Parts: sequence; C-alpha cells; structure tokens
Amino acid sequence: MSEELLYWQALNRAMDAEMEADDSVFTLGEDVGLYGGSYRVTEGLHAKYGEWRVRDTPISEGSFTGLGVGAALTGMRPVVEIMTINFALLALDAIVNMAAKVPFMSGGQFPMPLVVRVPGGVARQLGAQHAQRFESMFMNVPGLRIAVPATPQDAYWQLRQAIGSDEPIIMLEHELLYFSKGPVDPLADPPPMHRAIVRRKGGDLTIVSYSRMAILAQEAAAELAKEGIEAEVIDLRSLSPIDWDTCAASIEASRRLLIVEEDCRFAGVGAEIAATLTERCFHTLEAPPLRVAGLDIPTPFNGALEAASIPRVADIVAAARSLCPRRSAQ
Amino acid sequence: MEQRLFHRLLRDMMLSRVFEERAAEEYTKGNIVGFLHLYPGEEAVGAGVINAAGPSDYIVSAYREHAHALVRGVPARQVMAELFGRATGMSGGMGGSMHMFDRDRRFMGGYAIVGETCPVAIGIGYAIALRGLPEAVVCFLGDGAVNQGTFHESLNMAGLWRLPVLFVCENNHYAIGTEIHRHSAVTEVHKRVAGYNIPAEKVDGVDVLKVYEATRHALARIRSGGGPQFIECETYRYRGHSMADAGAYRPAAEVKAHQAIDPLSIATRELELRYPTTAELAAVGADNVGRLTQHLLSEGHLEQAEIDALQAEVQATVEDAVTFSLQSEQPSMDAAWKHLQCNRHHEVLI
Repeated sequence: MSEELLYWQALNRAMDAEMEADDSVFTLGEDVGLYGGSYRVTEGLHAKYGEWRVRDTPISEGSFTGLGVGAALTGMRPVVEIMTINFALLALDAIVNMAAKVPFMSGGQFPMPLVVRVPGGVARQLGAQHAQRFESMFMNVPGLRIAVPATPQDAYWQLRQAIGSDEPIIMLEHELLYFSKGPVDPLADPPPMHRAIVRRKGGDLTIVSYSRMAILAQEAAAELAKEGIEAEVIDLRSLSPIDWDTCAASIEASRRLLIVEEDCRFAGVGAEIAATLTERCFHTLEAPPLRVAGLDIPTPFNGALEAASIPRVADIVAAARSLCPRRSAQ
Repeated sequence: MEQRLFHRLLRDMMLSRVFEERAAEEYTKGNIVGFLHLYPGEEAVGAGVINAAGPSDYIVSAYREHAHALVRGVPARQVMAELFGRATGMSGGMGGSMHMFDRDRRFMGGYAIVGETCPVAIGIGYAIALRGLPEAVVCFLGDGAVNQGTFHESLNMAGLWRLPVLFVCENNHYAIGTEIHRHSAVTEVHKRVAGYNIPAEKVDGVDVLKVYEATRHALARIRSGGGPQFIECETYRYRGHSMADAGAYRPAAEVKAHQAIDPLSIATRELELRYPTTAELAAVGADNVGRLTQHLLSEGHLEQAEIDALQAEVQATVEDAVTFSLQSEQPSMDAAWKHLQCNRHHEVLI
C-alpha cells in the first residue's frame, strides 16, 4: 500500500520505524531534538524516544560525529545528522580518519554501523559557504558507502537499509528535494541499497545521473521525446559503490553516454563515471561521453547567476541534442 | 593482595621498558619500519591507570600505546608482531604501531591524529550511559592534544551529559617537539579543564602508586554515575617524539634530570624555567621504574631476588615476542580485502 509522502516525511518514517524496531538506534545532531531537525526529518522523535535517543548537540561537528564513531564501536547504531554538507568539513576527521578506517585497521575486529545524514547541494541563494557538493571527495575514501536518494521512496528504503548495515554510510540528501512528493510503500521489497534504477527507457542515449539531477534528467528526457530523441535515464541512487553493470547494459543499447551532475566538473563525480564507462564500453561508444556539470566556481549569491552555475533542464536537452546529431538534424 | 599488586605494577613497568627498548633495536635493524613512538619514562602512567581499570572498562589510547596494550594484558607476541606488520599482530598487520586494537579486552585503539581519542571515548561513554551500565571509559591523551578542538568539544559534551569517562592526560611536556611553555597559554593542563564542570586533578605521573590510587578512586566514582573526571599525570619521555626524532631540541640536562627524576627540579623549572645543574642531577634518585623498585625493596614488599627473577622473565618474554614476530607470516592482500569488508556479512549491495 503506497502513500504520497514528502521526502522529509519518508525519512522521518524510516527513522521512526528503525528506532522502534531496535533500541540501539539513536540520533544526534544540531537541533534534531526539540526543534525537530532543520528539515523536519526528526520531527516528533524526541517526544517519542526521549533525549538520550534523540540528542540535541552543541555546535561541535567534529566531536559529535566522532561520538557516533565511538558509540558504533560498541554496536550502537548512531544516525548523526550534520546540518549541512558544508559543516561536514569540520567532521572530516571523524568520517575519513576514523569511521572509514577503524574496521580495517583493527584487522576486522569492529563493526561501524554509523549513518551520517547530510543535507547539501545548491538550494536557493544560500551563498558560497552553504551551497557545496562534496560527493566526489567522499568517493575517494575507501571504506565509506554513499547513498544519494532522489525520491521519497528511495529516501525511505535507503535510510532503513543504511541504519541496518554494519558499515559506515553517508546519506546525501538534496536540500531542494525535502519538499518533493512521491509514493512511498513501506511494505514493498526494496532493491539492494546501491543498485541503480532505470527511471525512463529509451534507446538513443543513456543519461546517468543522481540525486536532484536525476529528476531534472527525467524532465529533460520528456522534452527530448518531443523531438524524437529517446533518452534512457539511469538514477544511480548510490555513488559508492556504483552499479556499473546497469550503466554498461544501457550503453550497449544506446551507444551514447551523457552524465549529469550538480557538483563541480573538475575532478567531480562525472569524471569517475566517464573514465570507468569509457574503459568498459570504449568499443561500443559512438561518441565521447559528455558531461553536464556545475561550473568550477564558488556558488554566486545572485539568484540568476546561481541558477546558471549548475545544470538546468535546457542545458541537459542541449547536450543530449549535440550527442545525437543525426536525430536532431532530421 | 597489596604484595601482588606491587608485583604486577613493577612487572608491567619493567615489561613496558624492556619491550620498547627492544622495539627501538628492531627498528634500527630495519625489522620495524614506519613511525614508532616509544614510552620509556612514562611507564608509571600506563601501569597505574590501566591496572586500576576493570575488565568491563574501555581503554581508548593514542599512538604511543604499545605499553598500554601490554599492561591491558595483550600478549607481547601480538603487540610485537603488529609492530612487525605480521598477520599474527593484534590488528592483523593492518594497523601497525599507532593502530592497536583488541576487542575482547576492550582496548579500543590506537588513534594517530592528535585529539581523536576524546570523541571516540565520549561516544563509548554515551553508549554506556544510554544503556545504563556500570562501566567507564579511560581516555588517554597527551599535553599536545589539549590544543585541539576535539578536546574542548568532547570535554564540553562529557561535562554536559555527565558521561562516564576518565580523561587521563599524559603530560610529557612536549607537543611533538614544542615544549609546553611554548604551546600552551596555561601550562598546568588540568586548569584548562575548569570550564567544563569536570573535576580535574594533577598527579605525580612518576609515582605509579599515586597514579593507581587516583585512577581507582576516579573510576569507582564514575562507574556509580558520578560523571566524568580528569587526571593530569605529569611525566616525561626519555626519547624523541618517535624513532624519526632524535629529540635534539631538548637540552641533555633536561632529559637526564627526568631520567633521574626529582620533584624539586620540576618545581624550580616551573618557577624559573631553569634546567638543573650537573651537581643537582647527581644528587637526585632513580627514574620511575627505579623509584618503585627502591620503594618496594625498602618497604620489604619484594626481595632483590624476586626483582631479578622478574627482570629475567620480562626479558625472556620480549625475546620470545621478537622471535615469534620474525617467524610469523606476512598478511596477504586477500586478508586486507577481507578486513575492509568484514562488516558486510551477507549484505547484497548491488
């Protein structure tokens, strides 16, 4: 039975379900308790589970994330909320040097059932310090897994799967998705946490994307269809690991690859996708892979410039056209 | 009981000393490679603190932790083999000198970024408090760590939520190569804790019995819900920061003064920043191991013959650990991958 929910509500339901099922699950972060979370994800949980399981913290990202690491070593299942990805820079030591390393460098002695939930991406005129995308940075850290849900259903499934896992997982939640709506069926069998999903079928080109850009890619595909270009849209859902098989299978049929990413182009997520899929599908591809990406510039405050600094539907449509020249010439 | 305790403390300190000096030897031979931070001079702290902790307490240590692992009861073979990077080491050869872990003994690492032990310890403390268990966490840190943000952030949270953590600062007066008067605006470390509603005291870190008693009292209070505490153990390391560091920034007289430790010299140094003269050095007694030995002899707790036997036993243990390490297998790359994915269980990712 599915129900229409907002993205934040889906996350809230997932938190509630996990906290109810397992009393080793607890959450902590800035304003997750009495306030209910800056994007309402923990709303109502403080009243239901009390302050030890829903803990408002001081503004000390480095140490409260490290607190999560310490608790996870004992088998607790902490869900740390870092208010925005920009503040996660202060918690990098806990995430990169501790969470990603201890299970390995202890010779496999310790679990690390830690989830770090992080809102991020370019929202609406928050300025350069509050509009960053650091996914490629975390991708370069072995030992971390990264989920990037684009829909309420995935947000629900992936958060529950992340909490149930004994490995450290970063959940990157796009700030502009919290109030998007979609069906959530809590009883349906979820796909594996890191499997990509084909959101739209099409044989002329493959668009690989993730998070909010996967939504825009689908809008672009609808536009392209009007011109007779059928784009297959793959929502990666995960950036570590990446489901290469689903991408390669699609490219086998379409022979063209367009990557859409919101992060900065230089050494961004798309660079890894393009490199790996080129290595894997070189003889299949009829054209070099193309990237539509954020500009290599700190996000401008000005609204029009901000919008122009990341991919828009029109940019994706234009890139797809240039990748399929014969079609668009018809 | 007292007799057995003295015996244990002395043995642990001797073992720590002999083990570390032997590790230095193996390092110069090239059998141990990488960073190697040695403990000589600080033995009374590790032995006193960890012997006062119970098996249900957790130990979180930093990168000068070989002796901490030994005192906690990890066999010398496993500690030495980890320094050699062998599969039989306590972290399977994946951690090395700075990353020693033993889950069964609640020895929680082994952290090599200064100040990291504090958040790990409050995390374990938070788990204990949330579950309402009568356990405590011992969090080791050095005087260098008190200038990291994590130290202050973690102390604040520990004080705020009354977490069951005993912070033990091994104040050896040096943040790597920078002497405390040049790295800390307030050189009495325990005074820097004043802002966090955590009782803090200074203990003579050269006197193992004082360290042991202070820790025992603190842990009993913490386990019964008394909230966090802080102990500053004033101590000194005889060697450089690591084997890569000859410690040339320290006057020879200062090192000697501490090797033949004299509480009076510490006091005068605090007041005048003056180093003891050769005559003063000659007048003072033994170092921390020597001091305990003399005390036990003069009080009639131990006979010289027992001390000689202990020394022989400790030396044999360390020799055996070296032989064991040399004969142990190297870990495979397959093992490395297995450790990386140890928590995946049967999870299907894609």
